[in-house]
This record gives sequence, structure tokens and C-alpha cells, in this order.
Amino acid sequence: MGVQIEVHGLAKSFGRQNIWQDVSLTVPAGELSVLLGPSGTGKSVFLKCLVGLLRPERGRIMVNGVDLCRCTESERYELRKLFGVLFQDGALFGSMTVYDNIAFPLREHTRKTEAEIRRLVNDKMELVGLVGAERKLPGELSGGMRKRAGLARALVLDPEIILCDEPDSGLDPVRTAYLSQLLVDLNAQVDVTILIVTHNISVARTVPDNLGMLYRRRLVGFGPREILLTSEEPVVAQFLGGHRHGPIGMSEETDAAEGTWPSTVPEIVPQLTPSPGLPARQAIQRRQERVRVMLPTLSPAAREHVLANWGVPR
Amino acid sequence: MTAVGQMFALGLEVLRQLLRRPFQYRELLGQFWFVASVSILPSMLVSIPFGAVIGLELGSLTAQIGAESFDGAASVLAIIQQASPIVTTLIIAGAGGSAICADLGSRTIREEIDAMEVLGVSPVHRLVVPRVLAATSVAVLLNGMVSVVGVAGGYFFNVIMQGGTPGAYVASFAALAQLPDLWVSELKAMIFGFLAGVVASYRGLHPRGGPKGVGDAVNQSVVITFLLLFLVNAVITAVYLRIVPPKGM
Ligand SMILES: Nc1ncnc2c1ncn2[C@@H]1O[C@H](COP(=O)(O)OP(=O)(O)OP(=O)(O)O)[C@@H](O)[C@H]1O
Ligand SMILES: [Mg+2]
Repeated sequence: MGVQIEVHGLAKSFGRQNIWQDVSLTVPAGELSVLLGPSGTGKSVFLKCLVGLLRPERGRIMVNGVDLCRCTESERYELRKLFGVLFQDGALFGSMTVYDNIAFPLREHTRKTEAEIRRLVNDKMELVGLVGAERKLPGELSGGMRKRAGLARALVLDPEIILCDEPDSGLDPVRTAYLSQLLVDLNAQVDVTILIVTHNISVARTVPDNLGMLYRRRLVGFGPREILLTSEEPVVAQFLGGHRHGPIGMSEETDAAEGTWPSTVPEIVPQLTPSPGLPARQAIQRRQERVRVMLPTLSPAAREHVLANWGVPR
Repeated sequence: MTAVGQMFALGLEVLRQLLRRPFQYRELLGQFWFVASVSILPSMLVSIPFGAVIGLELGSLTAQIGAESFDGAASVLAIIQQASPIVTTLIIAGAGGSAICADLGSRTIREEIDAMEVLGVSPVHRLVVPRVLAATSVAVLLNGMVSVVGVAGGYFFNVIMQGGTPGAYVASFAALAQLPDLWVSELKAMIFGFLAGVVASYRGLHPRGGPKGVGDAVNQSVVITFLLLFLVNAVITAVYLRIVPPKGM
């Protein structure tokens, strides 16, 4: 089963610019989580902190009992083997073909023969729909193809945790839907922990078990999807509704802290299920037990949706 | 100030990772070829006039004080000990270093370096070590070449243009020059090459803000290297003259 990530009181600044502070959340093992946030709120920075590429000034990030912010270099390299990371622009190695890019982790970390590598790489390329592009250089691919190649490379070592930075940007709606399905299927097959960072509303509404949002240098909330999806907080409602009426402006500076806006809570759409033929997601069971405990603390709307989802009549 | 510390740390890290297996032969070979190919021609072109200028100036100076017979020795000393390592590394820094810096810089902004680290591969081991080694070894080789070409140029201008005596020119080699001069010259070239490689890599790995930042980083790396070279050169020369006393006349 995947591995859990625990974040406590994290804060990050660049020079005098504070990106976010006091971010605490737990990404449950083996579940699908999504972190939302308008452009420039530091979602990519957050992911980079999770894999130890950036050092937060305060806080702890616990993975497998090790604090990523305060561990030795060798511990960090060891921990990173658990992660598969899809960067925002794919981050393929420009001097290697797509095939060599995807084979790179296998060649570095395993003693597999070229024949085994070929089989594994071809599997992953098929999975992300890139068959035929093996010999191309990253510069010769479209943005969406680079993204999918980056995902294939992140998956090739069968990581315990998959972090995706905007898997949907640069993809058309149909391919975004396929990609969402792909992530759900992966979770069903190998029970891997997945954290997706995005501002795509349809991904946020259909994919995750858990949903959180970054806004104005803090975490607006992180928990079972029903909480945010039924939230009447203007920021959340505006963002999930994707309209102009609300506190979020064109840029970080024009974002307002308060004010009154009519709240329009969107309907909760059903979560994606694994493709036919795949096992049911074990995460569902685990999450149910977790949510059952917190049920009394949920808002009435959220509680109603949770219960409806379990087949309990309203 | 933190940059200086980090650059120093990178230098140490390179030395540490030098011994780590598996050694990146292919990357080293590629980089060696690359750095050599961009720097051989310019250093030839620079070293001939350099030798010539030193030869000519010394020629007229020694003629005034009646010491023509030491012409050869003096120009060899000047070229081997001072001019050649500096010329070599100015070219390594200017041609090879700027290319290394630009290459690493664009990889950094494309997040390739981040991706490599996340995949559990150290960019220092994989990319920086081969580049620094390539710059160092090309510097040593080029230094030998520049010395030969410079001395030959000096000889040509002194003997043929100014009518010096070939015999005296060669004979005076032995009078002032000694083997340690050659060693210190190669040692200097090695240190300079290493510094040029480390500075270029450091600036490449830390560009500020996007593609424009890479351009700035390249410029800076060349300037920083030049300044560093003159400083280190002064130190090495002073130390060397203390340890190895110059031959008396
Ligand atoms: N290396 C860095 N140095 C200085 N500032 C940075 C750095 N990286 C990011 N920032 C700043 O951090 C803020 C958040 O950036 P980030 O890339 O995390 O946004 P994001 O939420 O991922 O946005 P998007 O949805 O557009 O990708 C921005 O204001 C950016 O200028
Ligand atoms: Mg981003």
C-alpha cells in the first residue's frame, strides 16, 4: 500500500516574499488527493517542498517516520525513491529521446537487462498513449505529449507516492478525462498514494477522495472531498464554480480577504470509478472508516452527502 | 557572500563525488571533446601573438641593457610561468565555461536538474563532475600547447625578426628556466581549469529568474572566473617563488 505524507505547520518564503504559511495536512496512504489553488499561490512550490527540492523555513514533513526537512542527504535520496513526480512542464531530459527518458530511472536504479527495460518502457508508453513517439526528442513533442512522457517516466519505477503538478494543463478535455481515469485506475491496481495539484475544476470534482485548497498564503482546508465541495466559503465556492463573482481577482494583489457574495454551492458529481475489469479501490473502504470518525464534526451538507454516498437514505 | 560559500561547497562536493562510482566516462568524453573543440583554435590564435609580443618587448628591453643573451630564457619564463596558464584558462572560461554555464542553466530552468534529483540521481555526480574534469584536463593539455606555440612564436620573432642569435636563445633556456617552472605552469593550469569549471557549473545551476537569467549567469560566470584567476595566480606565483628559488644568473 502507498505511504502517507504528514505536513505540520509548514511555511515557505523566497526572500521577503512569503508564499504560504501554517500549512498542515495529511495525505492519507493509498488515497487520491487534490490540492487546488489559483495560479501563483505556490502549489508547485508546495510539491517541491514535499520532495525536498526546496527547504521550508518552518514545519515538518513526515514520510515513513523521517522528517524530510531535517534529514541527511542520503536519507533524502533514499526517501525520494518512494516518489514518482510529474513536473509542470514534464521536465524531460532534452538531450535524450522519449524512450531513453522513460528508461533513465530503470537504467540508474535497477540491474535489468535492455530487453526487460524495453518491455517495461513500452508498457508505460502504451499506458499514457505515446506509442510511436519513442525516437522523438522532447523538443519535437507537443506540450501535452511531454506531459504524458513525464508521467510515464514518473511511473516506471512503480512509486509508492505519485505527485502530479497540473497533469491536465496543456491537455484537451478528452485527454484530461483519460488521464483522470488513468490515475484512478492506477490507484485501484496498486493502491498508490496520489497527490494532484491543479486548478482544473473537473479534475477536482471527479477524481479525489480528499480535497484541499491554497489561497492567500494559507491552506483553506484539506479533508474528505465532501467538505470542500459543499463549502459555503466564498473563495471555495467561487473557485469550484469557476466564475468572477467572489473574492478571487485577476491577480494575487486584487484578491480580497473579505466581503459578501451570494453563495452558490455546486452539485456534487459522483467520483470516477475504476475501469471495468479492474478491482474495486481499497481506498474507499479505508476512507469510509476515517470519515465515519469525523462525521459529527462535518457540516450538515457534507454529512448528508457522505451518508448518501454510503447508500444511507437521507 | 552566501554565493561564495555555496561555490566553495560545490567545489568540495565535486572533489568528493569524483571518487564515486559509477564514473561517468561517456559524459566526460563528450564534454572533453566539446570543451577542447571550442577552445583549441582560439588559444592557438591568441598564443602566437602573445609569444610574439612578449618576445619583441623583451627583445628591445634586453637590447637596451645589453642582456640579449638572456632573451630566450626571459621570454620562456614569462610565457610558461605566467602567460600560458592565464591565456589557457581565459579561453577555457570564455569559450568552454560559458558553454557549460549556458547548458546547465537551460537545464535548470527546464527543471531537468530538479527532475534528476527527484529520480535519485545526483546532478553533481552526473553532470558537474564530468564537466569540471573536462575543463581541468583540457586546461592542462592546452597549457602545454600554448607554451609550445608561445615559445615558438617568441623564438620566431626574436631570432628571425630582431636578428637575435639562435644559439644564445636556446642556451639561455637552461640558464634561467628550470623544470619546476613547467610543473608549476601545469599545476596552475589545472587549478584554473578546475575553478573555471566549478564557477561555470555553479552559475549554471543557480540562474535567477528564467531564460534572461541564464544569459546573465553566463556573463557573470566568465567575469567571476577572470577575477578569481588573477587573484589565485598572484597567490600561486608568490608561494612558488618562495618555495622554489629562481635560478641565479
Ligand atoms: N525559485 C523561486 N524563487 C523565487 N520565487 C519563486 C520561486 N519559485 C516560485 N516562486 C514564487 O512563488 C510563487 C508561487 O509559485 P508557484 O509556481 O508555486 O505557483 P503555482 O501555484 O504553481 O501557480 P501555477 O498554477 O500558475 O503553476 C510565485 O509568486 C513565484 O513567483
Ligand atoms: Mg505551478
